[in-house]
Amino acid sequence: MNQQPGATADPASRANLNDDIGEALRLRMYRMQVELREAEQRAFDLFLQNLVKGTSHLSLGQEAVATGFAAAMRPRDLSFCTYRGHAHTLARGVPVEKVLGELMQRDNGLMRGKGGSMHLTSVDHGVMGSYAIIGAHLPIACGAALRAQYKGQDDVSVCFFGDGTTNIGAFHEALNFAAVYKLPVVFVCENNLYMEYTPIGEVTAVKHPAADRAAAYGLERIIIDGNDADAVYRTARDAYARARAGDGPSLIECLTYRHSGHSRADPAKYRPEGELEKWKERDPIKIYRARLKQFGIGDDVMAKIDAEVKAMIDAATEACKKAPNPPADILTTDVYADGGWAWRN
Amino acid sequence: MAELTYRDAVARGIAQEMARDPDVIFIGEDVGKAGGVFKATVGLYEKFGPKRVRDTPISEQAILGAAMGAAMTGLKPIAEIMFSDFFAVCFDYIANEFPKSRYMSNGQLKCPLVVRTGNGAGSRFGAQHSQSIENWAMMIPGLKVVAPSTPRDVIGLMAAAVRDPDPVIFFEHKSLYPVKGEVPDGEIVDTLGTARIVRPGKDATIMALALMVPRALAAADKLKTEHGIDCEVIDVRSLVPLDTQTILGSVGRTHRLFTVEENPRLCGWGAEIVSIVADEAFYDLDGPPVRITTPHVPLPAADILEDMILPTVDRIADTVRRSLSA
Repeated sequence: MNQQPGATADPASRANLNDDIGEALRLRMYRMQVELREAEQRAFDLFLQNLVKGTSHLSLGQEAVATGFAAAMRPRDLSFCTYRGHAHTLARGVPVEKVLGELMQRDNGLMRGKGGSMHLTSVDHGVMGSYAIIGAHLPIACGAALRAQYKGQDDVSVCFFGDGTTNIGAFHEALNFAAVYKLPVVFVCENNLYMEYTPIGEVTAVKHPAADRAAAYGLERIIIDGNDADAVYRTARDAYARARAGDGPSLIECLTYRHSGHSRADPAKYRPEGELEKWKERDPIKIYRARLKQFGIGDDVMAKIDAEVKAMIDAATEACKKAPNPPADILTTDVYADGGWAWRN
Repeated sequence: MAELTYRDAVARGIAQEMARDPDVIFIGEDVGKAGGVFKATVGLYEKFGPKRVRDTPISEQAILGAAMGAAMTGLKPIAEIMFSDFFAVCFDYIANEFPKSRYMSNGQLKCPLVVRTGNGAGSRFGAQHSQSIENWAMMIPGLKVVAPSTPRDVIGLMAAAVRDPDPVIFFEHKSLYPVKGEVPDGEIVDTLGTARIVRPGKDATIMALALMVPRALAAADKLKTEHGIDCEVIDVRSLVPLDTQTILGSVGRTHRLFTVEENPRLCGWGAEIVSIVADEAFYDLDGPPVRITTPHVPLPAADILEDMILPTVDRIADTVRRSLSA
């Protein structure tokens, strides 16, 4: 394992933890991580019941990345996600019911079943799409940032992707493009050690797939513990501040691990024995519970949050089960901006 | 009224829209300070400055991706892909991203942008810098596709494309850049989805696009002069939306249909038009519809070979004459 728990293993006093985050935000980040965990676990359970159709790519184990980056955003900041985007979508405040509804391909889904698990989008929450072609959204995030720069608006475009994305051309085109024009965009690589089924190290010329490429674009080499929401939050906050100040893009490599396979079809048997268990010791929620305890927050407070989240997800699940299927009349809507699909007169 | 080249019409069309709307920006390789490799965008950088006219790296994916991101958040970008053949290196945006974002998001995302590109043969550049790829774009639900044949249409359709709320692929024909035409003074705004009857006639309908329009017109003149055959020539102009009413109306009068296509034969745009006419106007036809196309081969570089492979005035005229006398 190429990372250590860091501050989380240190039973030091609160003072050593640099409490620039505060209790209210920490409780919000705890609640969010629990929500992401429970929602993804629920999606998996519903898949086993054949109620989630198509594919799904879960972020189990990667909750701290989505939580920390979203928590540091302003409402007008924009998220660009991959097909592993449920967590990033929920972290912007999209209701669980809307996401589960889309995964279950019901009419109450975020896009009424027209997009599916890999394309979650909620413009009202700043989620400008989830992109299922590897690397496609990095240039798109650059364009949103170009607009902000051109119009003098201070929002930041935040683009999430996996370690595998660092080996596709669009990654390199986007990094160069963003650096040349000093665009207010933050590129976030969630290095979960596997590109689909293959260890990223076997197919990448450098050890750190994102960070070791940063120098090629004149960017700082940034590697963080992606399982510690506090570390993620602080890194995000600093990167957003640089972007807003006109100091250009950042590329951040977050070390993390997915507890499940690449997609629902993958039992992840390629992982060496004991690896998952080792990473589960560094489960982001486990780390954060210990963190909250260090700040004097009791088990009862956390148990209450856990129960509230579970009840909310239970209610969302029931609502989705009751929701109708999408109607046929949306098949041909919104192909063009006039709302329809007419290609001829 | 002034005489303008097709090349200068491109710059005038873009300038007209940039002057009108500060949200219009223009990005591409060598488009700014150099004025474009075909000199079709000379003067825009000087007039609108580096923030609005941006020279980019050779990064076609970044160009189109950035145009999309800017479009979905409030700008109206015009992006240049220097040669249409290069669509192949950024086809994800053209096929998967621009045209599907609105649908997949159930109408939440918008993508009002224009991709303009140098299309077509005649420059002796060989198989990777000469193709007519309008059929690559036409086949994708969610895109709009236009290909002007005159300087006036360049300006008018550019304005229509920039003002349109959907992604529009704008094919400029490289061999038309030096061609001159009359252009009215003042603002010109055309309408997407409208074909134009550029020569009325009663004996046959010839549909053509871009560089094939002047060839179809020359063939029609030849057929009239040499054989007394009176052809109607229609400039298709817009492949999507497609003005089928003008096409069906013409076939209803002439009872014969010919398409003149620069794209290679398989799945060329004319195949769709023939299919529509067969479905909806079969009993108007006095003979089989005939497609005159480039054969299904890559394009050669040598001038003598390239000139042989595209539909020529003589081939169009001979094909129409033989078909009508058969």
